[in-house]
Amino acid sequence: MSDRVSVSKTYKMYVNGAFPRSESGRTFVLNDVEGNFLANVAHGSRKDIRDAVVAARGATNKWKSATAYNRGQVLYRVAEILESRHDEFVSLLQLTDGVSAKRAANEVSKSIDLTVWYAGWTDKIAQVVGGTNPVAGPFFNFSIPAPCGVVGIITPTVNSLSGFIATVLPALASGNTVVVVPGSHEAIPVAVTLGEVAATSDVPAGVINIVTGTASELAPILASHEDVDGLDLAGAGESRLELGRLASATITRVVDSDLRDLHDLKRLRAFIDTVTVWHTIGQ
Amino acid sequence: MTSVAAHGRPELPATTSRPVRIGSEHDLRSTLGGLSGVDAVGLEARAAKLGTRSLKQDTKRAAIDLAITMVDLTTLEGADTTGKVRALCTKAMRPDASDPSVPPVAAVCVYPDLVDVAVRTLGTSGVNIASVATAFPSGRASLAIKLADVREAVAAGATEIDMVIDRGAFLSGNIGKVFDEIVAVKEACGAAHLKVILETGELVTYDNVRRASWIAMLAGADFIKTSTGKVGVNATIPVTLLMLEAVRDFALETGAVIGVKAAGGIRTTKDALKYLVVVNETAGSRWLSPDFFRFGASSLLNDLLMQRTKQATGSYVRADRFSGD
Repeated sequence: MSDRVSVSKTYKMYVNGAFPRSESGRTFVLNDVEGNFLANVAHGSRKDIRDAVVAARGATNKWKSATAYNRGQVLYRVAEILESRHDEFVSLLQLTDGVSAKRAANEVSKSIDLTVWYAGWTDKIAQVVGGTNPVAGPFFNFSIPAPCGVVGIITPTVNSLSGFIATVLPALASGNTVVVVPGSHEAIPVAVTLGEVAATSDVPAGVINIVTGTASELAPILASHEDVDGLDLAGAGESRLELGRLASATITRVVDSDLRDLHDLKRLRAFIDTVTVWHTIGQ
Repeated sequence: MTSVAAHGRPELPATTSRPVRIGSEHDLRSTLGGLSGVDAVGLEARAAKLGTRSLKQDTKRAAIDLAITMVDLTTLEGADTTGKVRALCTKAMRPDASDPSVPPVAAVCVYPDLVDVAVRTLGTSGVNIASVATAFPSGRASLAIKLADVREAVAAGATEIDMVIDRGAFLSGNIGKVFDEIVAVKEACGAAHLKVILETGELVTYDNVRRASWIAMLAGADFIKTSTGKVGVNATIPVTLLMLEAVRDFALETGAVIGVKAAGGIRTTKDALKYLVVVNETAGSRWLSPDFFRFGASSLLNDLLMQRTKQATGSYVRADRFSGD
């Protein structure tokens, strides 16, 4: 055996393309499923949510004004980088989710395929949920889907990798920027590693922001934030009703169903506004 | 000698006379010659240190409201329209349309040709009307034109005039010209308050800022103001601290209390509160009033309103809750 000093990773947050520690300076210790030390994790606070929402708001224009085709390419690039880190995610899932190597490998492959599936959706959403409306006059009348803006996501508490992909990718594919709070402490290492994936693919800074910490503490701040336009409460469990009430005060759209199907068209449609445009015919 | 109060700051004398008389350029040079050089490293360190103070809860709420009452809500663009000035004045009187408890700002600040629009919109609301004059922002015009500019703004109803000093004359050593211009503009102002813009971003050194502050105060300024907002470097905390030291020293010397206006680049509540700490710790609580300290700003007001709402409701608000320009 070598006598190297062990180098364990500190899981910091991912905000605006950088990996900051919590503004509060707090951390907590995360153990793996066997109870051994896994990492020190940044324990995010109210102000970290504030900073993440500012970053997400700042990135909305760049992401939504990119062509749908380009967004698809960027998300496909995420799948490419995930593929290259396949083995890392397999070992991580064994430590955090406590699954066998075989199940972990299956979970990673499934998540990569899901990423490709959502990458494909970016330039097809408009054809499915948009359309041309019949009007009595010399006009075209189009209904065009547009992203609603900044979406806050509490990721599922189980299946940390596929749960993250299945809640975050639909919001991104429809052109929103996201502030993600991992639904459980165990889901944090995979979420932050996915932040590293985002940082090394072509996702613009601020489009994906990950605030690590305790979901029950961070979710109400996200829900009551006026500048958050949508909220996916997949991992919020019992507190959904209260979070929905907070969100309603600022007219935030809420998805409060469990994640049952990874290929969830409801989530893909959830954070879309419809813009209706008139255009004269023949000019 | 001045007495030193318990908190370590000298107390102001009770008189408000101005015993320093400048009869000639020689008098001016000898008065300025008595000023010590600025310790730049110490100044910046003190400014940075004061910037780390944190205001919380009730103090923060009070400071936000105070900062709102100190704002000179400004629009100085070539593209200004009467409609924009009317909207600005409406906002000045009632900054948050949904919350009547928000105090009005100190003044609106516009170009001279739009003063009459502001006068008609503001009426008897008590919000002051400031106008930039003297060939703002460059100041490159003859004295006759500058004075005509001032008289026109005052005649239209401006209660405060923001003039620019002749930086070219100052930097080439012609301080007599700078002084005489301020004296002439002060006379043209009549009852209107005179704010003298030093344009510190163009004065190169801290020593120059100190000298220019004294020239302006000796010549009769009611306020000294950092910047036009039209050059690369605008208000900074060290420069404002230095100017606050100047008004404090001037008050100790002469009894006259001169105001300071920090203008340009102050956009966030966090910045504004840092300035208030610097005001209190440098000049003293006497200056914590719109009569003696102002912010020249436009986007700052919305950030103050956002933070005020955050303090009241406990949750963060979105930027477009408040009207833009």
